[in-house]
Amino acid sequence: MTAAPTARRPAVSLPMWQGGGTRMGFFTDSSICIGCKACEVACKEWNGVPDIDTGFTGNSYDNTSSVGANSWRHVAFVERQRPDTGDGVQWLMNSDVCKHCTRAACLDVCPTGAIFRSEFGTVVVQDDICNGCGYCVVACPFGVLERREAPDGRAFKCTLCYDRLQVGDEPACAKACPTQSIQFGPLEELRERAEKRLEEVKQEPRYAGARLYGDSKDDGVGGFGAFFLLLDDPEVYGLPPKPVYRRTDLALLWGAASVAASVLTLGVLGSLSWRRR
Amino acid sequence: MKAERPSGGERQMVPSGKPRSYYGLPIVKRPAWTWEVPWYLFTGGTAGGLAAVSILARWTGEAKLGRRARRLALAGAVISPVLLISDLGRPERFLNMLRVFRPTSPMSLGSWTLAGFGSSLGAAEMADIVGLPNVVVGTLEGTAGILGPILANYTAVLLGDTANPIWRGGRTILPFVFSGSSMAAAGASLCVAGPTDEGVAARRMVVLGTIIEQASFLLMEQRLGPLAEPYHDGAAGRLVKLHRASSLAGATLISTLGGRSRKAAILGGALTLAGSAALRQCVYRAGFQSAADPRYLVDSQRGAATDPGDGNGSVT
Ligand code: SF4
Repeated sequence: MTAAPTARRPAVSLPMWQGGGTRMGFFTDSSICIGCKACEVACKEWNGVPDIDTGFTGNSYDNTSSVGANSWRHVAFVERQRPDTGDGVQWLMNSDVCKHCTRAACLDVCPTGAIFRSEFGTVVVQDDICNGCGYCVVACPFGVLERREAPDGRAFKCTLCYDRLQVGDEPACAKACPTQSIQFGPLEELRERAEKRLEEVKQEPRYAGARLYGDSKDDGVGGFGAFFLLLDDPEVYGLPPKPVYRRTDLALLWGAASVAASVLTLGVLGSLSWRRR
Repeated sequence: MKAERPSGGERQMVPSGKPRSYYGLPIVKRPAWTWEVPWYLFTGGTAGGLAAVSILARWTGEAKLGRRARRLALAGAVISPVLLISDLGRPERFLNMLRVFRPTSPMSLGSWTLAGFGSSLGAAEMADIVGLPNVVVGTLEGTAGILGPILANYTAVLLGDTANPIWRGGRTILPFVFSGSSMAAAGASLCVAGPTDEGVAARRMVVLGTIIEQASFLLMEQRLGPLAEPYHDGAAGRLVKLHRASSLAGATLISTLGGRSRKAAILGGALTLAGSAALRQCVYRAGFQSAADPRYLVDSQRGAATDPGDGNGSVT
């Protein structure tokens, strides 16, 4: 594989992309996000994501509010006191996106198989198969998936630019990001890069709270395909602190349901057969 | 969380302390379903309980009660997919659910259960009408009788297998709540539809079902701890009260006067059915309230370590 000639491909293309096997992802380094929203715009442009009238929220520079069917990237803004000196302003900005979970709840609960795992290890909704049942919406631990009311309530989310990846290009948001806060590449490589970056960032006293979010394979969803460097607790950015999804939980749930179903049957049988006489 | 304020006369423009949420905005999405869904939980559950009565009554020799239960169950099996189709928006979308079988999706398993349930009940009714042998009718009824109790509480698995804090937190007990409620509602519909002197079993089902439903609901609330708050607040809270009052009144009436007075049996049955419907409504509504406030989700994942009074990091 690695020996294959790659000269004709664009420079960003990596040999193993086409054949599958290399999981691709995002590393979003919030410490160098400048809040320009180029990612939000580039994503909308490339993916034809509809315009939404967000109104004015008054929440700093954020009128997008959250990742959803019509906002596949969302830049969060937090203005607050500098935690180290107690005066002056600290800005926290982070571009949120679908996490492309290793154990993706959305993919598992989808009753039609509209959501699939691509050859790049990403999680993609096939919008022509989606039935609009809304189950993924409540299943996603990050509140990423959402139904697009018009025209027919199907669910939409980040595809990690599946179409661009297939032709060896990088996702629109990563390409547009002027500071390389959004980095795209093979997940393993990104994880290593993120470790090093975290060491650097932590040198600064005001970034004492810096941590990686979603980089570990041992977390509740088996690690994110799109992970982050955050400067504070995830909930500060509107992210769940300890997201969990385990397919194995289903055994527990169906176990409880089976016992409950037996209780129902036995209750009915008891009511029918118990005689006072 | 009172951090030392910087001295000076200027109004502080930047909040102090550590915000525990992002402007109080929700983290997980609220359910994207419409009003039909909780009604479906009720009709499917009641029909499921009735199908169990249908086959078991045949077995214990109460053929008339069994037939009545089967017809009522069939009505539920007809209404249920109509409600689901209305929620999905288009009839073919219900058929799309049956194009694949996905064991990891409780909704996929549930769609198959409902389809199998409805068709075996319909076939049993037809076989009975054209006078096919008892074994045929019995086998079809038996199939529906096995699928029925699954239909009555797979919906609890469906709600439990989500990221919604209140559904997820109560997920091992919710099937028992639904089972109890389905038993009570099945009994209640027989009390309403059938003559009083045939309804001993139906009345017992109301009482036993109500006990199971009420007790497991209380247990679920206790297990949820602070996460149970939506069951006491707002629309869901009001529905819980309605559910309790109605179910308890229904069971009391049925167990005291239900055997003697036809009017009492009908009124008691109606109250029990209303209580069972209200139960599904309150569980459904609570999911919206639980998703709306990020505090529930953060608390459930952080072990209630957050300070509820500090839930908003908004900027002046
Ligand atoms: S973040 Fe949500 S939508 Fe994205 S893969 Fe995970 S479960 Fe699916």
